[in-house]
Amino acid sequence: MQELRKERLDRGVKVRCDSIYAVSSLKEVMFLVGPGLALVLILLVLPLVVSPYWQRVLSITGIYVLLSIGFGFLANYVGLVCLGGALFVGVGGYLSGIMNSVGVPMILSIPIAAFAGAVICTVLLLPCLPLRGVYFAIVSFVYPLLAARLIAATGIFGGTDGIAGLDVLTNRWFNIYLIFFVLLVAIFFMSRLVNYEDLGLVFRGVKDNEQAIIASGINITWYKAQAVFIAAFLGCFGGAYLTHLYGWVGMSLFAIDFSILPVAATVVGGSGILYGPLLGTFLLVPLSEMMRDYGTLRIVFYAVILVFFVVFWTEGIMEYLRRKYEQFEHWVRV
Amino acid sequence: MNDNIILQVKNLSKAFGGVTAVNDVSFDLARGEIMGVIGPNGSGKTTLSNLITGFIKKDAGSVVFNGKDISRWPAYKIADAGLARTFQVMRPYATLAAYKNLVPPLFSPRARRTARGKLGDRSAVAIDILEEVGFERDARVPYKLAGTLPLGYLKRLELCRCLALRPELIICDEVFSGLSMSEIASMVPLMERLRRDGITLIMVEHRLRELFRIADKVLVLNFGEKIAEGLSQDIFKVEKVKQAYFGGEDCYVSSE
Amino acid sequence: MELIIYGLVNSISLILMSIGFALAYGVSRVPNFAHGALYILTGYMTWVFLNQFGLPYLLSIILALIVIAVIGYLLYQVILIRVRGMPISEIIASFGVGLAILEFLRWTGLRGMAHMLPLFVKGRVYIFSVPIDYQRLIIIGAGIAVLTLLWMFTTYTKTGLSLKAIAQNERAALTLGIDSDRAAAVAVSLGAVLAGLAGVLLLPLGNIVVETGYEVLVFAIAVSVCGGLGSWKGAVLASLLIGFAQTLTVTYLASHYHFVVALLVIIVVLIAKPSGLYGKQKELEERV
Repeated sequence: MQELRKERLDRGVKVRCDSIYAVSSLKEVMFLVGPGLALVLILLVLPLVVSPYWQRVLSITGIYVLLSIGFGFLANYVGLVCLGGALFVGVGGYLSGIMNSVGVPMILSIPIAAFAGAVICTVLLLPCLPLRGVYFAIVSFVYPLLAARLIAATGIFGGTDGIAGLDVLTNRWFNIYLIFFVLLVAIFFMSRLVNYEDLGLVFRGVKDNEQAIIASGINITWYKAQAVFIAAFLGCFGGAYLTHLYGWVGMSLFAIDFSILPVAATVVGGSGILYGPLLGTFLLVPLSEMMRDYGTLRIVFYAVILVFFVVFWTEGIMEYLRRKYEQFEHWVRV
Repeated sequence: MNDNIILQVKNLSKAFGGVTAVNDVSFDLARGEIMGVIGPNGSGKTTLSNLITGFIKKDAGSVVFNGKDISRWPAYKIADAGLARTFQVMRPYATLAAYKNLVPPLFSPRARRTARGKLGDRSAVAIDILEEVGFERDARVPYKLAGTLPLGYLKRLELCRCLALRPELIICDEVFSGLSMSEIASMVPLMERLRRDGITLIMVEHRLRELFRIADKVLVLNFGEKIAEGLSQDIFKVEKVKQAYFGGEDCYVSSE
Repeated sequence: MELIIYGLVNSISLILMSIGFALAYGVSRVPNFAHGALYILTGYMTWVFLNQFGLPYLLSIILALIVIAVIGYLLYQVILIRVRGMPISEIIASFGVGLAILEFLRWTGLRGMAHMLPLFVKGRVYIFSVPIDYQRLIIIGAGIAVLTLLWMFTTYTKTGLSLKAIAQNERAALTLGIDSDRAAAVAVSLGAVLAGLAGVLLLPLGNIVVETGYEVLVFAIAVSVCGGLGSWKGAVLASLLIGFAQTLTVTYLASHYHFVVALLVIIVVLIAKPSGLYGKQKELEERV
C-alpha cells in the first residue's frame, strides 16, 4: 500500500531565504505566480460584468488604489507615514485642470501634471522629511487642508467654484482599463522595487535603522525624497485622471477622504505586504458606495471597522490570506 | 600640517543640559595607528565617537579628517569621506538575510566610487566581504536571517557594514563587549589584519587586556575629560588613571 | 483695545481647547485625536440633559462632565491600551473613535442651527468702552482657574506628581511603584474632562455643530506643536501667539483666515523649529 503524507507546498520552493526560489514543476511555478495572474485576470474581467455605474465606481476605486499603494509603500517600506493623499490628488488634479483650461490637450496635461505635481509635492514635503513619524504625518495631513482653505480664502483657481468645462474622458471602457493598467504597472513595479532591487533595500534600511544608513554615507533625506516622489507621482496621476473623469476641478480634490481612505485600506488589507492596500481599497470603496443611502452612518461604520482592525486584528486580511496560502498542503508519497 | 596625521581633534566639547559629557578633548591620530579609548562608564566615550562622526552636534571644537575640516558636516557626509563607525547597540535588518544587510552600504556613493565601476552584483560582493571577516567557517551563515545570528557574528556584520565603504578610519564602539573569550581571541587577529590593510582604528573598549595587546596608544577619559594619553604599557603608571579606575588606593596592575 | 481684549478671549479659548490634549500627550504620550469629538460630545450631552430631560443647567453640565470622564477612561482602558507605544496606531485608533462619535452625532441629527446651549449669564459690560459679554468674561476667569488648578494638581497632589513622574521618565516611575497604565488612563480621562469643560464653556457662544469638533482638534494640535509638547509655559505662550494672530487676521483680512493661521502655524513651526517654543532637548531628539 502506498503511503502518503501532507507537506506544505512552499517547502520545496523556498530555498535558504525569502528571495531565492527553486522551482521544479509547473505546479510550483503556478503556486508562485498564481496570485499575480489571478489579480490580472480579475481586473480584466471585472469591468465586463458590471453595470456602467459600477464601472465608474471601479475607476474611482482605481484612484484610491494608487493612493493606497503609495501610502503602504511609504509607511511599510520607507517608514514615512504620509497622510498627504489629498495633497497629491489636489496638486495633480489642479495642475492638469489649469493646463487643460489654457488649451493643453489631455494626453499631455495628465502626464505632465503627474510628473510636475510629484515634483511640487516632494518639494513641499522636503523640509519635513527629517521629522519623526507622527509629526510628518501631521504636516502632510495639514497641507491639503491648508491648500483648500487658501483656495477658498483667496479665490485663486476659481475659488470655491473650481474650474469647469475641461476635457472629459468619454469612453468608459478606455477609462477603466487605463486606470487598471496603470494600477497593475504600479503594483508590479513597486513589488519588484521593494522585494528585489537594491534601492528597495536602502528604503527598508531607512525604515528599520536610519542610523546605520547614515553611517553608510547615504543621504537619507535624498532617498526619502525619492520615495515620496514615487508615491506622489501615483497620487498626482490619480488626481489628473479624476479631473478629466469629471471634466471639472475643485476644492473637493483636497478632501480628506483621499488622505484617510488609504490609511483605512492599508489597516484593513494588511500592512506587511503591498497587495494589502489593494485588497483593502477594493473592499472599502465599493462597500461605502453600497452604503450611500445611510448617509454619514457609513463613516461611523468605517471608523468602527478601522478601530477594530487597528486594535484587534493588526495583521490585516491580506497578510492572513497570504499565511493561509503559504500553508497550502499537498499529498506526497513517502 | 603633518601628512601622516589622519585625524585631528581639537577642544571638542559637548554638554547635555547641565551635564558636560565631553569637555575640551583633543588628540591627533597618525595613519595606520590603532588608538584605544578607555574610561569608566559614563566617561563620554560613546559621546566622543558620536561627536567625531557627526551624529551629535558639537558645542565647540573642531575635527580635521584627512586635512579637511569636517566639524560642521552632516553625519552621512563624514561617512562618505571615509570615516566609518560601528554602533554599540546593533540593530541589523532582522528580517533580511545577513548578506542583504550589506547591500545598502554597498549602494552608497562611496562604495560605488571606491569600487571604480567594478562593483558587480552587490549580493556577491556582500558575501565576499562577510567571508573575509570570518563568515567563511559555515557557508550557510551569510544566508541566515540577521535576527537569528549570534552576537559574535552580529559584531562582525556591523564591522562589515563599515568595511563595505572601504573606509580609511573606523571607530569601533565596543566590538569586544559581550563576547566570550574565544570569540574575542578570534576578533583580535581580524583587527590586526585591518591595520595591515592600512585602515586606522579607534577602539572604544572596556576589555583592557585585549585592547592593550593591539593598541598603539590609549586615550583615557573620565567625566568627559581627557586625563591621559600615551602608550598602552605606560598608561596605568599615570596617577590620575589609577584613581579613576581603582579609586585613590595604591594598587598594582597585574602584568600578565 | 478691542483687539487686545478679543485677542485675549480668543487665546484663553485656545488654551481651554488644547490643554486637555496637551496633558494627555504630555503625560501618557497618547495623542488623543478623539479630543475634538469629546469636546462636542460633552456639549451635546449637556444639551440633551438640559432639553430632553429637563434637568437644571448646572446639574446637566456636571453630569455630562462625569460621563465624559468615564468615556475617556474607557477609551484608554478598552482601546488605546492595546496599541500603546505604536504612535501611528494610537493616532488611527483614537481618530477613528473620534470620527465615529462625530459622524454618529451628525447622523442622529446634530446639524444646522438647532442645538444651542444657553449663556451662563446674559448681558454684557463695557471695559474701556469695548463691549464684552459676561460669557467671555467667565471664559477668561475659567481659563485662569483651570490653569491654576492644574498647576496645583501637578505640583501638590500625589496623583498629579505621579503623572508628572511618568511624563518625565516612565521606567524610573515604574520602579517607584507607579502604575503607568492607571496614570495614563487618569490622564486621558482628565484630558477628556478638560475637553468637555472647554466645550460647555465655549459652545454657548455659538451652535453645537460637528465641524467644530474637527476644528478644535486642529487648534489643539497647533497649540501643542507650537508650544512644544508637554510644556505648560509653551502651551500658554503658543495660545497667546496663535490667538492674537487669529484675531489680527480676522480683523484685517477675512474670517476665512481664522483656520488658515492655525494650519500655517503647524507647518511653519514643525519645519522651522520642530521642538516648539519651549521644547526641551528630549523632545527635539524625539521629533527629528
